[in-house]
Amino acid sequence: MIHFVLLISRQGKVRLTKWYSPYSQKERSKVIRELSGMILNRGPKLCNFVEWRGLKAVYKRYASLYFCMCIDQDDNELEVLEIIHHYVEILDRYFGSVCELDLIFNFHKAYYILDELLIAGELQESSKKTVARLIAAQDSLVETAKEQASSISNIIAQATK
Amino acid sequence: MNPFSSGTRLRDMIRAIRACKTAAEERAVIRKECAAIRAAIDENDHDYRHRNLAKLMFIHMLGYPTHFGQMECLKLIASAGFPEKRIGYLGLMLLLDERQEVLMLVTNSLKQDLNHSNQYIVGLALCALGNICSAEMARDLAPEVERLLQFRDPNIRKKAALCSIRIIRKVPDLAENFVNPAASLLKEKHHGVMITGVQLCTELCKHSPEALEYFRKKSTEAIVKTLKDLVNSPYAPEYDIAGITDPFLHIRMLKFLRVLGQGDADASDYMNDILAQVATKTESNKNAGNAILYECVETIMSIEDSGGLRVLAINILGRFLSNRDNNIRYVALNMLMKAITVDGQAVQRHRTTILECVKDSDASIRKRALELVYLLVNESNVKPLTKELIEYLEVADQEFKGDLTAKICSIVAKYSPEKIWYIDQMLKVLSEAGNFVKDEVWHGLIVVISNASDLHGYTVRALYKAFQISNEQQESLVRVAVWCIGEYGDMLVNNIGMLDIEDPIVVTEADAVDIVETAIKRHDSDLTTKAMAMIALLKLSSRFPSCSERINNLIAQYKGSLVLELQQRSIEFNSIIASHQNMKSVLVERMPVLDEATFIGKRAGNIPASLSTSNGAAINLPNGVSKSAAPLVDLLDLSSDDVPVPSSSGSDFIQDLLGLDLSAAPEQPGNNLAPKSGTDVLLDLLSIGTTPPVQSTASATDILSNQEKSPTSQLDGLSSLSPLPASKFPAAVSPTIDLLGGLAPNVASADENGSVYPSIVAYESGSLRITFDFSKTAGSPQTTLIHATFKNLSPNIYSNFIFQAAVPKFLQLHLDPASGSTLPGSGNGSITQKLRVTNNQHGKKHLVMRLRIAYKVDDKDILEEGQVSNFPRNL
Repeated sequence: MIHFVLLISRQGKVRLTKWYSPYSQKERSKVIRELSGMILNRGPKLCNFVEWRGLKAVYKRYASLYFCMCIDQDDNELEVLEIIHHYVEILDRYFGSVCELDLIFNFHKAYYILDELLIAGELQESSKKTVARLIAAQDSLVETAKEQASSISNIIAQATK
Repeated sequence: MNPFSSGTRLRDMIRAIRACKTAAEERAVIRKECAAIRAAIDENDHDYRHRNLAKLMFIHMLGYPTHFGQMECLKLIASAGFPEKRIGYLGLMLLLDERQEVLMLVTNSLKQDLNHSNQYIVGLALCALGNICSAEMARDLAPEVERLLQFRDPNIRKKAALCSIRIIRKVPDLAENFVNPAASLLKEKHHGVMITGVQLCTELCKHSPEALEYFRKKSTEAIVKTLKDLVNSPYAPEYDIAGITDPFLHIRMLKFLRVLGQGDADASDYMNDILAQVATKTESNKNAGNAILYECVETIMSIEDSGGLRVLAINILGRFLSNRDNNIRYVALNMLMKAITVDGQAVQRHRTTILECVKDSDASIRKRALELVYLLVNESNVKPLTKELIEYLEVADQEFKGDLTAKICSIVAKYSPEKIWYIDQMLKVLSEAGNFVKDEVWHGLIVVISNASDLHGYTVRALYKAFQISNEQQESLVRVAVWCIGEYGDMLVNNIGMLDIEDPIVVTEADAVDIVETAIKRHDSDLTTKAMAMIALLKLSSRFPSCSERINNLIAQYKGSLVLELQQRSIEFNSIIASHQNMKSVLVERMPVLDEATFIGKRAGNIPASLSTSNGAAINLPNGVSKSAAPLVDLLDLSSDDVPVPSSSGSDFIQDLLGLDLSAAPEQPGNNLAPKSGTDVLLDLLSIGTTPPVQSTASATDILSNQEKSPTSQLDGLSSLSPLPASKFPAAVSPTIDLLGGLAPNVASADENGSVYPSIVAYESGSLRITFDFSKTAGSPQTTLIHATFKNLSPNIYSNFIFQAAVPKFLQLHLDPASGSTLPGSGNGSITQKLRVTNNQHGKKHLVMRLRIAYKVDDKDILEEGQVSNFPRNL
């Protein structure tokens, strides 16, 4: 099971955190501090796994961002690397060659996509296309709602003129 | 409209925060935003609620408190539109976790949304439930989720499946309800549903043996067939990763097969073919393929024996191990750890490669490899492996030395074929990484040395040489060397007990004293080392009469030391040398040999017990016990330096033996420790300290405290340290020599002053009975010694057994460490623990006590509580 997902920039700034196991606010910041210290200090050629407090952190660097998922001792590390890559590819497709700034200004979108990929710390969908389709459908629902809202407010505005 | 809420857009706020140059600036921006959001919340502003929540999420991510926004999430979730709900649920998952009470309020909204006509809203609710639901919510909403497992849209079914996993994890009792719907998910074609369905089934098997049996019978065949189809499927662009169709599904199915095959020969047999096919056909040039192979190997290792497949698996691991990719090597080492129980011989073949990995530049790989080497060691290969590891110790990184040293010490202690080899290896470790050696380890070494009487001479000479060569300070090497020179100094200078392998060395008495002098004068020696050196000097002064004058001067230099312990020792030793030549030689005789078995037993048995009693009592109970538990900790923690409290109970008596009982007592005036501070030095000095000086030595103390009038009046200065109510005890002046012989038995007999009080059953539940036996110490009617016996009446074994007690303010309570922490079932075997209660209002009030017992059964923590009010009335 994936206990949490972290996105950390090379400067140690947190870009996304998702917790599937209960950690209190205090523990969360401690976890982030400890793990980012360990991960950011590792050299480029080393393996992508760090053992940490009886769990394993699997991380991978994409440009300036470190994607990190923390799993149980006996989970498949290589598969988690593949899940990370899967997520990155979906982000890339959604934003069109994604960069850190996309994830900063549209952090909620990154969360929505993650929620289509993982639930309860387990993998939900192995098809990038399906995830993209579901996200697009929900985005369009939001758009229609917005349009309706603005048209209604237009009507009200005109009526009260 | 509220002037604040119109405020900035989310994008503008993020820009403003990013533009901040200092942390203070950032805080100011956030403060302003938070104030605006709070104002909007107070106004109950609808229009910008979702924007405010989005801002709060960003602020939350930066680590600022956002609890005031929690209710906003609930309001958004309760509103009708999809956009509001979407952001509301996201906020709920981010800002709250399952332990917050607020979460319960959302249960009703969740229930409505799970029944919503819009499937995307149902999806949102399932996702939130799956990510943060608590046990209560799981119970309340399980029927809805169960129903959604049959929803028309596969995307909802897959979400419901994962949500069920969470529900079962929270409430395992619900597992049986999900077995049938889960089984039907396995028949689907949609990959998302299959993946999640397989995961749900795997989870069900973990929690329910019936489910495991059910799936074994009904689904093994189907899963094997689906996996076969998947492996042989033609190119499918939607699921293709590196030429493999849906590696994720591969892996989940292999994992499920592992669960089904484990412990069942038929099922294992059935999956042999497909596992062989996966193991041979999967491409291993990309990560995805390797991930599948890795999972497949693990499944092969776990299911029932099939020789051919295991050879295949071990070969794959061998290939992995020689791979250039660090990730692959890491997982290979990881898997070999599991393989070692299955086929140790095959793993041994890779020993050289594994040893290379111990020296890798990657810390994760080194750590894995070291763990593996540790498992690989046996009697036959311990010598070459240790040699390699110790050689590597010389060049290892500083941060790795700690782990490595601990492992080497443990290997050497466990497998050493003979004592001389053990001592040799330990000396090497001490010289290379003495600073990383734990106290227990060098204590253990000293016990071994003192037991090996034919090696005393050899050891002390080897230590002498090692000390001279070592260029940097290795604290524990110095300590062991100083101790051995103190004990066996005469063997050093006279080359007594030469072994054939040794070259004779010329050491004068002055050289030996030089060593100790260096140790005591080195500015970076710590207190323990200096104190040990002081004892060594005293011993040498008797062994080397020619150096006596010099030693006396050396010791006298510390008369003015600002460290109380050194000053005290200096003054005492000085007066022994100056005015008690006649008894000195008796005083400084060699330490009696400490029984190895006792030492090991004590170390193994008592550490967890003392950990639980001292920590448990000190932290958990508010009722005056934490205060009275502190002296207990002090008592155990005699070494005053960096030894952690728990480990000291096992080592304290060896510390007594070594005479480094640097009691912290003088720094803690006013606690019950006073008697001890008076006795410990004497105990050491007289080499009878093998009994830990627990508080029950009261009768011993009164003998000692009356010494002021006895021949050993030079100890006057000492007793002023301990403001003892000496007059309270009947005078029992006895000559010093009697003391030497008589102290230990006295200690023992002190608590056996016939128990005239009836025993009581202090606590009894269905599965646990606690009986108390009482006795009094002569001369102190207020104090009652309670001998508690715990018996387990259930058939299960209790582990991590911790007994805690609390008393009202007029009582004082001391808990000694328990005799163990594991309580065997069915009443055969018991744990005992001594308690000492002092009743300050003796005769007016009676004893009462509250109990708390914590233990583990089948990995579940159990807590029992009770009150004891049936104490005999006159205690």
